[in-house]
Amino acid sequence: MALDRNQITARAARELRDGYYVNLGIGMPTLVANHVPEDMTVWLQSENGLLGMGAFPGEEEVDADLINAGKQTVTGVTGHSFFSSADSFGMIRGGHIDLAILGAMEVSQQGDIANWMIPGKLVKGMGGAMDLVAGVRKVIVTMEHCNRKGEPKIIPECTLPLTGLACIDMIITDLCVMEMDPERRRFRVTELAPGVTREEIEQKTTAELLFADQPAEITA
Amino acid sequence: MVDKVYSSPDEALAGLTQDGMTVAVGGFGLCGIPERLIIALRDTGVGSITAVSNNAGVDDWGLGLLLETRQIRKMVSSYVGENDLFKQQFMSGELELEFNPQGTLAERLRAGGAGIPAFFTKTGVGTVIAENKEHREFDGETFLMERGIRADLALVKAWKGDAFGNLVYRKTARNFNPMVATCGETTVAEVEHLVGPGELDPDEIHTPGIFVDRIIQTESEKRIENRTTSG
Repeated sequence: MALDRNQITARAARELRDGYYVNLGIGMPTLVANHVPEDMTVWLQSENGLLGMGAFPGEEEVDADLINAGKQTVTGVTGHSFFSSADSFGMIRGGHIDLAILGAMEVSQQGDIANWMIPGKLVKGMGGAMDLVAGVRKVIVTMEHCNRKGEPKIIPECTLPLTGLACIDMIITDLCVMEMDPERRRFRVTELAPGVTREEIEQKTTAELLFADQPAEITA
Repeated sequence: MVDKVYSSPDEALAGLTQDGMTVAVGGFGLCGIPERLIIALRDTGVGSITAVSNNAGVDDWGLGLLLETRQIRKMVSSYVGENDLFKQQFMSGELELEFNPQGTLAERLRAGGAGIPAFFTKTGVGTVIAENKEHREFDGETFLMERGIRADLALVKAWKGDAFGNLVYRKTARNFNPMVATCGETTVAEVEHLVGPGELDPDEIHTPGIFVDRIIQTESEKRIENRTTSG
């Protein structure tokens, strides 16, 4: 049975480690924040200049000067800090952020990602996505395995304009978990959603894949 | 002493504008934008502006106001998704657009202000933004060259400031403002509180007065783009 967004992001949260500095992309990845274990300290970075992002504010606490990268009003946790966009991207591009989790339209078999532009459609811009995939130490994609038309999104070569080259370390979809094998430059399927078979993954993926001998069942 | 304090946004921009100029503007979304100076810039009637700003405001606020009047010819931005007018003018070819990755944009402004004409970054290698840019290998990795940005005019918003031009920003309203402040031939700041000499703690000044030529105190609306609460 395919995982829902809550289960996908719960699985992604298992990649968090105590003390990690993490940037979560807009959309599904923001749900990862709901699954941080209580005994773990994870610092959420918002690239507009906030480290230690907290929950959304109560009505009384709303502050126009305190927003996240999605332009939503937020709060800071104890120990949070503010800084300029140059310092913020110094953290990102300088390799100081441990983990970024983002969505994707396509991922290629060698770990290229396309997630910012569909030719012919109105282009909004890449924001900080190109900086994140190029600079963050570990990059995880959370997404549906196939697009809305049911077509594979994990493919031999991206057809959409790229956000970054060979930068994705792990993909967590509604069907499986796959990790990049750094030597062979191919993803290896290591976990399957309950009831999902290797055959189903092969059928819904055009990228060349490796498979673990005994893929585990995904437990969130 | 040179008096940097002006009495109104209009006065603060007097004599600083000319058609075809490059204007760098601080802010992220509608947070920390120099909202009164943007209105004053519109009211000068200056045209064919190249605007360097992370975003393009919304339809009726921020730089959206200058799109409405078609005073902007080109935008250098990282994300413009919140502005319908922008989309229309871009799709019709009226408006030129140069997308920069957000970190590259911040660094280009910082570099420009610091007298660094160009720098190398990994961001964007292998993507459309790398086209026609110089590439170079350092320590076995490929980087591309990006240019520093200098603007004819820089507009910033701060929380507090003094007559010397020292600025203190508040929370995430800091964003692009410190780098924008450094990259202008002339830099004009609007502040919510103009305080007396010596009232700002020197250890807490974010932008030293050397970068600021003119300063005004304004009433800010501080609109919220995406009000989200836990309730």
